[in-house]
Amino acid sequence: MDIRLTINGSERRFVPPVTVRTLVGEMGMDGKRIAIERNGEIVPRSRYDETTLADGDRLEVVVAVGGG
Amino acid sequence: MDDPLVIAGKPYSSRLLVGTGKYRDFAQTREAIEASGAQIVTVAIRRVNIGQNANEPSLLEVLPPSRFTILPNTAGCYTAQDAVRTLRLARELLDGHVLVKLEVLGDAETLFPNMPETIAAAKTLVAEGFQVMVYCSDDPIMARMLEDIGCVAVMPLASLIGSGMGILNPWNLQIIRDRAKVPVLVDAGIGTASDAAVAMELGCDAVLMNTAIAGARDPVRMAKAMKLAVAAGREAWLAGRMPRKPYQAQASSPAEGLIGRKP
Repeated sequence: MDIRLTINGSERRFVPPVTVRTLVGEMGMDGKRIAIERNGEIVPRSRYDETTLADGDRLEVVVAVGGG
Repeated sequence: MDDPLVIAGKPYSSRLLVGTGKYRDFAQTREAIEASGAQIVTVAIRRVNIGQNANEPSLLEVLPPSRFTILPNTAGCYTAQDAVRTLRLARELLDGHVLVKLEVLGDAETLFPNMPETIAAAKTLVAEGFQVMVYCSDDPIMARMLEDIGCVAVMPLASLIGSGMGILNPWNLQIIRDRAKVPVLVDAGIGTASDAAVAMELGCDAVLMNTAIAGARDPVRMAKAMKLAVAAGREAWLAGRMPRKPYQAQASSPAEGLIGRKP
């Protein structure tokens, strides 16, 4: 059964298993300088492969943009 | 390095810090920042547009952290919790970089800081090892509290963010400067080069601006003007201005030897 993930406020469905690494690939963000928070906690880049996402997880994926 | 700006133990030769928002494109961003001579540049942290523009260059490719000290901000945060979360993400994004700009806003119309939330966020961030440069009201007591918490620089506003209204209360800035043991940076409200020079002549350690450059008709040229103004203001401060003598004119030319007079 699909799992539902809320990514940057929008819900998406995925076929498990989904790791953070899979997600980064699917978003086309491989090799980009991003940071990810899962349910309020930072997911370090070194743990993308081993972090398996679960139904209902809330993720924030951010980049640096112009600002003052 | 002659007369460096020292923040959290690290010396910088430029006393102008600049934002990276509101430019026409990345090329103009880069050109303006080069012209400003700034070494520390602020960036905002925002959600990725998923699936869009994956092949476009990102800001940090245009302004590489190897070349510039990137200062992530918490612009747009209205609670201590959001500001702390944002900067934890920034630290991960920037490979453990801990120098940050904290700002917690209190009101969408004035963008005035919410000082109780700012203080709460500063306490958490300092405890977590961040080096916090903090946007604050121009209240000397607030500035002292932030310094006591362990912030590495206090950054009172000159006037409202993006207003270009210049320095509305030079006396408060001077009180903050006279009492602070950490660098005092004027952040927000600078409109033109003379404002930046005045901030430096008041004894402030540096100036941070974005809109004054990005919102100028020719941003690259204004960036250069700001570089010169900050340097001139700093030199004037170090030189020590002459005393003000409101009711006492004093000629610079000799009073003796004028023609047509008796010796």
